[in-house]
Amino acid sequence: MNIAISSGKGGTGKTTIAMSLASCYARNGMDVALLDCDVEEPNVNLFLKAEIEKTETISVLVPHVDETRCNGCGECERICAFSAIVIVKGKPLLFTDMCHSCGGCYHVCPERAIEEIEKPIGVIETGSRDGIVYSGGKLTIGEAMSPPLIRKVKRCHPDSENRILDSPPGTSCPAVEAMKDSDFVVLVTEPTPFGLNDLTLAAGAVRALGIPFGVVINRADIGDKSILDEYQKLGYNLIASIPHSREIAEAYSRGDCVSLILKHHRAEIEKIASYAERYNRSLTRI
Amino acid sequence: MIRELVIISGKGGTGKTSVAASLAYLAKDKVIADCDVDAADMHLVLQPETIETHEFGGGLKASIQKDLCTSCGECLDYCRFDAISDDFIVDPIACEGCGVCAHFCPTMAIEMKPHVSGKWFVSDTRHGPFVHARLGIAEGNSGKLVTLIKKKAREIAAEKIFGLVIVDGSPGTGCPVIATMSGAAVALIVTEPTVSGIHDLKRVYELACHFNVKTAVCVNKADINPDVAAEISAFCAGKGIPVICSIPYDMDVTRAQIAGTSVVEYSDGPAATEIRKLWDEVQHALS
Repeated sequence: MNIAISSGKGGTGKTTIAMSLASCYARNGMDVALLDCDVEEPNVNLFLKAEIEKTETISVLVPHVDETRCNGCGECERICAFSAIVIVKGKPLLFTDMCHSCGGCYHVCPERAIEEIEKPIGVIETGSRDGIVYSGGKLTIGEAMSPPLIRKVKRCHPDSENRILDSPPGTSCPAVEAMKDSDFVVLVTEPTPFGLNDLTLAAGAVRALGIPFGVVINRADIGDKSILDEYQKLGYNLIASIPHSREIAEAYSRGDCVSLILKHHRAEIEKIASYAERYNRSLTRI
Repeated sequence: MIRELVIISGKGGTGKTSVAASLAYLAKDKVIADCDVDAADMHLVLQPETIETHEFGGGLKASIQKDLCTSCGECLDYCRFDAISDDFIVDPIACEGCGVCAHFCPTMAIEMKPHVSGKWFVSDTRHGPFVHARLGIAEGNSGKLVTLIKKKAREIAAEKIFGLVIVDGSPGTGCPVIATMSGAAVALIVTEPTVSGIHDLKRVYELACHFNVKTAVCVNKADINPDVAAEISAFCAGKGIPVICSIPYDMDVTRAQIAGTSVVEYSDGPAATEIRKLWDEVQHALS
């Protein structure tokens, strides 16, 4: 099954929960893949520390104009919804950073002057450690669009029985791309006003995608009770909670909090796994 | 001249909004802009009174008119985003609005309809004018919305003859962050001494260099890990980035958030004290 770990707000503990859950599966002898879909800020392997065995360059298609064929008719400019191709002094000028790879210009050009070429946008690194197979995307700095890379990361390890996807924060296209088609979404939050506000936004996004979800409250004792009451009122399924601890925060800062979490809070992590299992669409793959 | 101070972090949850809200209190004659449009939180601290509400038309979405559709399947072949189902229904979340399907549909059964993807607001707050937004659930085009908010904030600053716009950014390095960074005078990077904090600091610093934006670093929760904090200092020293503030871990930051206020208004504790000093340094960096 595919479990996406997500949140509206950043820094609530997505990566920690994703890592802990993956370790939990691995320790139980289960087949598990951990996919880092937060390609703008990929952090999973800072904690997993898998040796990278393979690095694959990921590209998108962008137009390339054969100027000997182009007659400057402007059809390409007219079809492009993203202002990625404009005619200046009778010649097309390309802004490939704006290109969404829709192929419109390529198909529309009456002179067949446009071909599509590959433009690298990032890499996917693959490795494994402690029974967890890992693939993570890394978007090249300066690239604006992460969804095409996220889509590629999601295709890694299709045969793993359990695939855990660490999503980017927010509720817009990168987060949606990561969560889309999963069997279950775990929303990680913290009991603060920012955490609460962003959780409601994230829950809205998951609902729009029609995916079942549950909420994990991290650092459950840092806020005040009124906020925990608010969580109850929302009626979401609260499936686990992990208290704040300076010890865990310090271990996190060194990149080795997972063993500590499994030592003290393994039951909570197991709860997430067993809750998610209810929504296992068994052989469905994304 | 209007100068833009943008607050970014790479990694989420390092304290961007808490720092930005405090600076909004400490700075005089400024406009505040929340550019973290898909998880905006600044309004929870500033408690704005909304003066203007506008719709944000982010783009177009394809819509298939059943009576004209002959189910020929051309659109399925052209769509690169798997946004059209086998029974010819468009998934508005997957549709990028490119219009290629509409262009090539032989019976002209596909219409590209304008689509509202969010709202943006001009508000009054106890700390001055505030421009903010709410991107619709599962919407794209956050970069365009960020650009719009920054433009409006600059216009208000120009009207009121204010010299500063304080911009709260979003995590990551992608489209909204690039839009936030564009035209900024100084990017204040709020980081934390953790393996992920420093990793993401390096990436977002590289992004700032890519766009030729001057940077300064603020280390939040600085006492969580002195070794990583030292590593951050060494990295910054090597790159010539000034580390202008170290904020200790202080529960008053969370308490202030719960009280719906900024930490400098809430407390005189260690975090508030350091943020006050940070403001002096930021002014220096902006001048």
